[in-house]
Amino acid sequence: MSTLPYYKKISAKHPLFDLKIREVWNYRDLILLFTKRNFAICYKQTILGPLWLFLNPLLSSYIHMIVFGDIAGLSTDKIPKLLFYFTGTAVWGLFSSCLIGNSNTFVANAGLFGKVYFPRLTVSISNVLSNGIKFVIQFSLIIILILYYVIKEVILPHWLLWFFIPIILIHLGLMGMGIGIFISSITTKYRDLSVLVSFGVSLWMYVTPIVYPISQLKDSLLKRIILLNPVTGPTELFRYIILGHGTILYKSLFISWAFTLIILLSALIIFNHVERTFMDTV
Amino acid sequence: MEKRKPALNLTGVKKEYRLGSIGGHTLQEDLQSWWAKLQKKENPNLKIGQKAHLICQRFMVLDGIDLTVYQGETLGIIGSNGAGKSTLLKLISQVTAPTEGEIELFGRVTSMLEVGTGFHRELTGRENIYMNGAILGMKKAEIDAQLEKIIDFSEIRPFIDTPVKRYSSGMFVKLAFSVAVHLKSEIIIMDEVLAVGDMAFQKKCLKKMSDIAKKDGRTVLYVSHNMDTIRNLCDRCIVLDSGRIIYDGETEQAIAFYMNKSIRENSVDMDLLQKSHSSGGVDNGIQMEHLTLLNKEIPVYTENETLTMLLTLQTSMPMKNLYFRLTLRTDKDVGLGTGWSETIPELHPGQTKILLSMTLDSLAKGCFYASIGIYHNDLSGNQQILDHITRAFKFEILGASLWNIRAHGYIHLPEICLSIQDYSPQTTNKKLSGNR
Repeated sequence: MSTLPYYKKISAKHPLFDLKIREVWNYRDLILLFTKRNFAICYKQTILGPLWLFLNPLLSSYIHMIVFGDIAGLSTDKIPKLLFYFTGTAVWGLFSSCLIGNSNTFVANAGLFGKVYFPRLTVSISNVLSNGIKFVIQFSLIIILILYYVIKEVILPHWLLWFFIPIILIHLGLMGMGIGIFISSITTKYRDLSVLVSFGVSLWMYVTPIVYPISQLKDSLLKRIILLNPVTGPTELFRYIILGHGTILYKSLFISWAFTLIILLSALIIFNHVERTFMDTV
Repeated sequence: MEKRKPALNLTGVKKEYRLGSIGGHTLQEDLQSWWAKLQKKENPNLKIGQKAHLICQRFMVLDGIDLTVYQGETLGIIGSNGAGKSTLLKLISQVTAPTEGEIELFGRVTSMLEVGTGFHRELTGRENIYMNGAILGMKKAEIDAQLEKIIDFSEIRPFIDTPVKRYSSGMFVKLAFSVAVHLKSEIIIMDEVLAVGDMAFQKKCLKKMSDIAKKDGRTVLYVSHNMDTIRNLCDRCIVLDSGRIIYDGETEQAIAFYMNKSIRENSVDMDLLQKSHSSGGVDNGIQMEHLTLLNKEIPVYTENETLTMLLTLQTSMPMKNLYFRLTLRTDKDVGLGTGWSETIPELHPGQTKILLSMTLDSLAKGCFYASIGIYHNDLSGNQQILDHITRAFKFEILGASLWNIRAHGYIHLPEICLSIQDYSPQTTNKKLSGNR
């Protein structure tokens, strides 16, 4: 009987490490549709539509330029201010939107999850995918800026290292997703965490070299914290590659990858566990 | 005979819920409770008077279900509210996991526990077909192949490229149902979704559902309180009661079993003090205390029987000009009619038992709810409610087997008198048909 194509057995006990990856793969069409839907409904009934994809990071880059560059007078290591802040905002935007978007998966979709079964992970994955696509669109603007400054001979990117960029994006996406679904699994029971998330994320940004370069930091406890921060490594690597300035923080990168893999695995285990009965507590 | 293949198989399935408020605590409260438990102190988060064991009290919604459904079967699931029907469907559709036991599924499951699950308001009908199909586990190519059929069946082709937020609820149902029945899943679960939509479409859906079971060999599980649709659709039926299957077999017998059981729950001897009285909020000096349906063990009557009741009244002052009133409503909560008694002779303080009787010959068939009341008629003829109980009791009239409630209604109308007014010999008729 078990050779039937769609045979499935549900029992009260669930193996801890059964992550149902194959099932998610079977639902790949749904992931694509969810991703498409995320875009389709995002800019419905707006005047500027997809233009917001560029306006959002541009506006916050300008705010950062004014607040941190002009008022606080933070240096950007001779990198054009707009480019420096824009790359930071875009990278941070990718990570934080993956995190925040996934952190309320269960509560936000309770209505749908309570009525029909499909692998819940598809929602998370499509969330990361649509944020990735948004980043790629924003990245086109970054490329235009870079070309402009390269022609003016202000910056010199490490062109050979560009093929590392997709890896950085996957890294950030997976880390954001891991933390996000970890939180969403816990928020099914403890709603307080969802309030903490937005607060925590904005605090996190300031211990990440987004609005300042790491070279500006003096040796201190704060610098050590910032180097331990798992987002620091990929962010600095990203800037190093496309702006040609800075250093590769190997230790931070290693910490970051180790952290990502651990959080992702444990998050998936908890997520699969919560997924089975969360409807009874939400 | 070919051995039937199972479509799903449940063994010893239990589902447990905890009583009282669980979840939704804050982390701080849970930590406090946990810390107090470690120190063997009293839980600081218990409400005063709440006992510790109440919090952990468990409640079996499903208490050991063993069930095998075969391919091509249409299984009806009936039972009173809280019997565990919806929980059973939720377990089979994998929305939540069982506490104990095993569920084996020999195919994909499409569940329609609610109309239009997964529809997004901003997307068009066409986009939602793809969306909904994918949520229910279909591949894009499979949806492409079915798209035209889905749109045709839904009868809303002109609106298919309009966002569904502009749809009427009927159009919504039609689209959702069409998607669900056209999916290539082996098992379909329906939970009273047909209640919406117009009669014609309901009929079409029922036909489609029995078609997909008989012709395509797909399995349908259907939950409803509407016995007529169960009768039309299902060839096997289970009756659930407090989390157990108490009957499993042929539909007609299952319905009869369920009806008998639910009517038996309504006793013929009722303590009216436990029911909610409406008397305008004031003590009118009179209260109905007890009601007995005489000469009966269960409140089931045949046509032309007489409903005989013994009513106990408690009065605290002398009272005159009182009437007894009885209003009948059908089990679908449609008002049927009202009857008044003769004037009750003057009552003196204390307990009085009065005997009431009413012939039931105008009622044909069905389940009826009776609301009873004591009224006062003042000199100018105004009625005043002194004591009233809505749905005080329920009874059933078995009626003739040929009488179909849906077609004929609940009551016998007065006999129709007739006499022949004019007669022409057969030749005229022949001429008429010859002219045609």
